[in-house]
Amino acid sequence: MIDGLLALLPLLVLSAGTVVVMTGIAIRRSNFLATLTTGLVLVVALLALLPVANVLPVRVAPLFLVDGYFVFAAALVLFSALAVLLLSYGYIAALKNISADEFYLLLLVATLGAVAMLASDHFVTFFLGLETLSVALLGMIAYSRHRADATEAAMKYLVLAGTSSAFLLFGIALLYADQGTLSFSLVGSSPVQGIGIYRMAASALILTGIGYKLSIVPFHMWAPDVYDGAPAPVGAFIAVVSKLSVFTVLMRYFVAGPGRADHAAWLAIALFAILSMLLGNLLALGQDNLKRLLAYSSIAHLGYLLVAFLAPATFGIEASSYYLAAYAVTTLGAFGIIGLLSDPAAGADMAELEAYRGLFWRRPWLAGILTLMLVSLAGIPPTMGFIAKAYVMTAGVGSELTWPLVALVIGSIIGLFYYLRVVVVMAQPIAAAAQQGSQRAGLPRAGFPRVRTSGAITVGVLAILVVLLGLQPASLIASIRRADPRTPPASMLAALQTPQVVGDKIR
Amino acid sequence: MMLPALIIVPLIAALVACLGGRSRADWPRWVTIGALLVDAVILAALSSPVPTAGLAPGWLAHFDAPWIPQLGIAVRLDMDGLSLLLLWLTLVLTLASVVISWREVKEHVGFFHVCLLATTAGIIGVFLATDLFLFFFFWEIMLVPMYFLVAIWGHERRVHAAIKFFLFTQGSGLLMLLAIFALAFVHRQAAGEFTFDYFRLLNTPMSQGTGMLLMLGFFVAFAVKLPVVPFHSWLPDTHTQAPTAGSVLLAGILLKTGAYGLIRFTIPLFPDAASRFTPVALALGVIGILYGAVLAIGQTDMKRLVAYSSVSHLGFVLLGIFAWNTLALQGAVIQMIAHGISTGALFILVGAVQDRLHTRDLRKLGGLWHGAPRFSGVFLFFAIASLGLPGLGNFVGEFLTLLGTWRVSPPAAILGAVGLVMAAVYALLLVARALLGPANPQAVMGELSGRHRVTMAVMIVAIVALGVYPQPVIDMAAPSLRHLGPVTAAAPLIHMATSQDLPR
Repeated sequence: MIDGLLALLPLLVLSAGTVVVMTGIAIRRSNFLATLTTGLVLVVALLALLPVANVLPVRVAPLFLVDGYFVFAAALVLFSALAVLLLSYGYIAALKNISADEFYLLLLVATLGAVAMLASDHFVTFFLGLETLSVALLGMIAYSRHRADATEAAMKYLVLAGTSSAFLLFGIALLYADQGTLSFSLVGSSPVQGIGIYRMAASALILTGIGYKLSIVPFHMWAPDVYDGAPAPVGAFIAVVSKLSVFTVLMRYFVAGPGRADHAAWLAIALFAILSMLLGNLLALGQDNLKRLLAYSSIAHLGYLLVAFLAPATFGIEASSYYLAAYAVTTLGAFGIIGLLSDPAAGADMAELEAYRGLFWRRPWLAGILTLMLVSLAGIPPTMGFIAKAYVMTAGVGSELTWPLVALVIGSIIGLFYYLRVVVVMAQPIAAAAQQGSQRAGLPRAGFPRVRTSGAITVGVLAILVVLLGLQPASLIASIRRADPRTPPASMLAALQTPQVVGDKIR
Repeated sequence: MMLPALIIVPLIAALVACLGGRSRADWPRWVTIGALLVDAVILAALSSPVPTAGLAPGWLAHFDAPWIPQLGIAVRLDMDGLSLLLLWLTLVLTLASVVISWREVKEHVGFFHVCLLATTAGIIGVFLATDLFLFFFFWEIMLVPMYFLVAIWGHERRVHAAIKFFLFTQGSGLLMLLAIFALAFVHRQAAGEFTFDYFRLLNTPMSQGTGMLLMLGFFVAFAVKLPVVPFHSWLPDTHTQAPTAGSVLLAGILLKTGAYGLIRFTIPLFPDAASRFTPVALALGVIGILYGAVLAIGQTDMKRLVAYSSVSHLGFVLLGIFAWNTLALQGAVIQMIAHGISTGALFILVGAVQDRLHTRDLRKLGGLWHGAPRFSGVFLFFAIASLGLPGLGNFVGEFLTLLGTWRVSPPAAILGAVGLVMAAVYALLLVARALLGPANPQAVMGELSGRHRVTMAVMIVAIVALGVYPQPVIDMAAPSLRHLGPVTAAAPLIHMATSQDLPR
């Protein structure tokens, strides 16, 4: 019991934290105070992971499974949320006529949903976490409501979230009809006697729902619009936290859980991975908007990630974990730079590629960091992205995934082309920039907004992390190795199968 | 600790140069020169072999440190005679690049030298790494700064050229990375350990099909760099558009990383597959020699002409490597160094013309001899070196290569010799059109500056020395080539036999 409570400590801290922040807002409205409390809550939740690490693995009721994988993923989510918080501190405050502090409340609730999802061993936990995350995210996307495209993006996200939830729920219902339980480990531990039609349909529907959330091809259409419309820090949150937590569930369900035996679903995932890598990169080629470009590139990156996912027997799981970490740090950095260069009060973020012309000679540090992030996304040393891509390739080669690897190589080459294009634009001489700029109205002529300190420090730290963990990945890999979702706690399963614990088994 | 220092010193200097680059002074240039001199001192200390315990015969220095132990990846650096030669070439040519771009590069001086130093550090790493993953790391790391060198300080179509260069090398590099991982897994199946250690991966048993596939993965990456003909199309563009210093680095050193990779990795790791691939490789080498020469004859852009002549010259290197005997291999090594110096010098001279007259078009030039006799003399010298005049370095390389090739495949040697004749045609055409004839009133240029003269003098001495007395170079490279040498046509059997006989 005590162990169970201790294991859920991060969730408890986050839940209590939302109440504290809400109370704080009721007592006194202040951007700074709200940020400070939110930041403290996130840090305490991160610290709360330390005692959790000692009691692993723990099952709390049939709903939660707190294991090494949870600790790793939760640390990543909390860290990302902290980065988003720091990036949005100055950004949200600069919005006109909109009080800033509720934003942090939404951020905290969304993080709570994400962390709950990471510990899910049961479809109820998964679904509740997902909805908590989605609803809060909706508010965050539409937060700068003076922007038409932000509202539009929120509407799109709403429709998407509704659709994918419907698929997901139907799939869950079918699975329940077939198996009589919603617990991942319980279904997973029962011997497979062939996959029936219900199970097949259930997997297909669940995969569709998850596919939408991960924005892999062919469920990707919403991503560019939402990324483009949402404020840059929120875009980072969607790209990183939401995808990361959904991917964790995919891992738990298909690698460690009941989906293991579902060969049709694996085949479908392989196909989605190939399509994502090819189409994501191809569509990114034609983009003149950095946010949309990052959206398409993130579709492709999810494809790379799925290659690792498909190779659990040969380093696949650790590869995917490292890839997630690299993807998180890099994406946060790239969106962070966009946010720093943008004026929140303006009609849109500075995402048009044309506005980046000559950035190297005007804002050398920011341009340098953005280049570093793009280089990392392209998978070139000395960055985390390189190690991550190499890791994924190791996994793929070990499991002889020929076609996904072919797609990966082709996709990477296409990817290089558009990442380099951004770098080239930034390296253009300023003289050309002035000429081009005068022809186009609406671009920041006089210069960029003052660089916000909190954001600059965050981006700087992310840049250092990208290089440091790219040069010395051993320590990160060591901790990733301890986080394997597959370690089946046999004693725990036995306890679960006794009738008094299994509440939802109807047979 | 000496070997990592070779890589780290330029990187530290890059940081220093970066911070000091804002002031318009010559600070970054001096920092770069200082770093290169420090590297030269370290290299000089390493050049005299000190017998150290634990070193295999032929190896001069070793370093290792853990990096990613979970995947069997470590920082393993080893130096033998071949690496040493190429490191010297690297340092000398980088130094030359700094000196000759003193006046040419005026914008973003700090960043220019950061890129230069970072490229150099990557190249040094490539010549030293004996962990396959680390090797790939350096292989990739030299691309980004090189890309910047071309894209920022290049000529008219620099962006196009830079992207083409990057896509070709990176794309082929990914194939090599796949092959590296596959090799590691094959090794794990055979020996039960997952490692990227070059020395342990040697003699990994594998089926014929796998061996051929993996060998091709490595070969393509190196073939793009070398360049071998179907993969060469990035080279003329990139060489033409790069700033002079970039062209020198590209032609002088970067291309040699491809040849080095073939000698160090492709053949030793997959001797069986490589020997079966020999006929194809020889054919590709010959095609490269002839095709490069034919295209060079037809060029009107001086830089493009020199670039295509590179394709032709490096065809000899491919020929020499795959002829699989000591003579041809020695020829290939000498050709690598001689080509680095002579082509580097030609690019410097062409760059000087471009810098003063703002054109590289042979149709607009002519009669440069009248205005600049000394410049023209030097130009003539290197053009002749490039066509392989006896007494100069290139001759030794090409002659030995052809001699060695003759033993294996007389037709290839004959066709290669035809390439020599064509080299005379394009080299003399270049001289005739640019230097001789009536002076063009729009194209009168002054003499070389003092810095250029000193650089040229050093390079002339080097190429004459290489041509007259190549023995020290041959001796130095000999141990590295020895394990390739005896492996002739019926290679794998002999190879296996010797390695099994050793312990007795």
